[in-house]
Amino acid sequence: MDAIAEPVTQPVRLRGRSYLAFVFTPVVPIVGWLADLDATVARSPGFFIGKPVVLDLSAVELSRSAIAHLIVSLEKKNIRILGIEGVDQSLLSPTMPPVLSGGRVCEIAQAAPERPEVEVRPQVASLLLDSPVRSGQSVVFPDGDITVLGSVGSGAELVAGGSIHVYGALRGRAMAGVNGNPHARIFCQRIEAELLAIDGYYQTAEELDQTLRNRPAQAWLDGGVMRITPLT
Amino acid sequence: MAKVLVVTSGKGGVGKTTSTAAIGAALAQCGQKVVVVDFDVGLRNLDLVLGAERRVVFDLINVVQGVAKLSQALIRDKRLENLWLLPASQTRDKDALTEEGVGRVIGELRESFDWVICDSPAGIERGATLAMRYADEAVIVTNPEVSSVRDSDRIIGMLDSKTVKAEKGERVTKHILITRFDAARAARGEMLAIDDVLEILATPLLGIIPESQDVLRASNVGCPVVINGPSTTAARAYLEATKRLLGETITMKVPAERKGLMKLLLRRRAA
Repeated sequence: MDAIAEPVTQPVRLRGRSYLAFVFTPVVPIVGWLADLDATVARSPGFFIGKPVVLDLSAVELSRSAIAHLIVSLEKKNIRILGIEGVDQSLLSPTMPPVLSGGRVCEIAQAAPERPEVEVRPQVASLLLDSPVRSGQSVVFPDGDITVLGSVGSGAELVAGGSIHVYGALRGRAMAGVNGNPHARIFCQRIEAELLAIDGYYQTAEELDQTLRNRPAQAWLDGGVMRITPLT
Repeated sequence: MAKVLVVTSGKGGVGKTTSTAAIGAALAQCGQKVVVVDFDVGLRNLDLVLGAERRVVFDLINVVQGVAKLSQALIRDKRLENLWLLPASQTRDKDALTEEGVGRVIGELRESFDWVICDSPAGIERGATLAMRYADEAVIVTNPEVSSVRDSDRIIGMLDSKTVKAEKGERVTKHILITRFDAARAARGEMLAIDDVLEILATPLLGIIPESQDVLRASNVGCPVVINGPSTTAARAYLEATKRLLGETITMKVPAERKGLMKLLLRRRAA
C-alpha cells in the first residue's frame, strides 16, 4: 500500500493585537444624538473618515432593525463601525459588525483639525519647583523639562518627558525622556541619586562611579549607554 | 490667638512624647496656658510620661464622639497649674477618630488655651495625619541618623500637603528638634553631623537635645525632665528650645562630651 504523503499544512497562526478606537455612545432620543453628531462632524469634516469607531449601545435599548438603521445612518455620514459594545449577540445579524467586549478606557486628545499651511513651532513646556522635593513625593511632568530649585530627597521621584535640572543634591530617582526622548539629560549640583533613567535606559546607585559622588554631574545617553560625566 | 503645635517625626521612638511633655511643661513654666493632646490612640504614653495615668476618666475619643464634655476629659497637672492633658483612649484604635470630630475638639481647645500641643503617633497613617491636620506650627523630632532623617523628610512633605493650612495655600511653620544627640559618637563619625541633617531637611533648627539618662529617669517617675531635673543638660536644652519657640533668639549650643572628674584624674595618672 502506498503511503500517500499528504501535504503538511501549517495551521494559521493567530496573533492578537490591540488598537485604539473611538467610542460613540448613543443616547435617547437617537434622532437628537444623530443631530449632535452632525454638528460635531461639521466642525471637523472628514475627521472620522478612515478612523475605527466602536458603537456602545449600553445606554439605549434598540431592536435589531433599529440597530441596522443606526449603522446605515452612520455609514451615510462616512462613519464606519468596527464593532458594537453593550448589546446582546442575539440582536445582531451576521452582516453587522461583531460584538466587542473588554474595552479599556484610554485618553484621546481632542485634536484640532489639521491646518498644514501653518507651521506650528512645538512649545517646550517646563515645570519649575522652587522648594525642595521631599521624600515620598512624586513629580510627573510628561510634557517637558522639570527644574528644581532645591534638593530632591531620598525616596522622591521626578518623571519628565524632557530633561531634569536639579539646583541642589539629587538623592532620589530621576527619570528623563519618558516619552521616548533619548536626547533628554539629567543635571544636578550633587549627584547622590538612587536611580537615573533616560528613555528607559537606567542605572542604579550601585553602578555609579564613586569619583562622581558629591560633584555637579550630568547624565546623558550615548547610543544605548548612559554616560555620567562631571560638570565643570 | 491660640497656636496649635504638632510634634511629629515619622519614625517611631525618636522622642516625640518626651519632647511634647518637656516643651509643654516648659511653656507652662513660662506662663503660657498649655494643653497637650495625645493622638496615639491605642498606644497612649503621654499620660504615663506626665504621671497622670491613674487619673484618666474620659479621653479624646469620648470627646470626639460626644460621650463626654471637654471639661470632663481634661486633666490638670498637679505640679504646674497652667498645664493640662487630654489623653488618648487605650482600648480603641485610630479608626475611631474622625476629621470633623478632631476639628471640633481643636477648635474648642483653641478658645481656652494659648498653646495646643498635639503629640503625633509614629507613621504616616490616619493618626499622624489627623494630628497634623489643624496645626499652625510643627516641631519635627529627628535623631541624627539616616532612617530618622529620611522619615522626617517624608513628614515635612506631608506637612506641606495634608494640612488645612497647606490646602489654603499658607505654610505651616516648621522647626527641627534634634534629639538623642551623642557628642562622642558624632565626634567619631558614627552619627550624622548636625549640618548634614539640616542640609538634607532644609528646615530651621529649634534645638539639640543630648542623649541623656535623665530623660529616662524622668519618664519612669512620670515627670517631664524640665521639672524633674531642671539643671540637667537635657532639661536646659528643652528650655532653650521652648524659648526659641516663643520667639527669643538664643545661640545654638551643640552639647559637648561631658568629661567626668574620674576620667580626668585617671588620665592625669596614666600620663
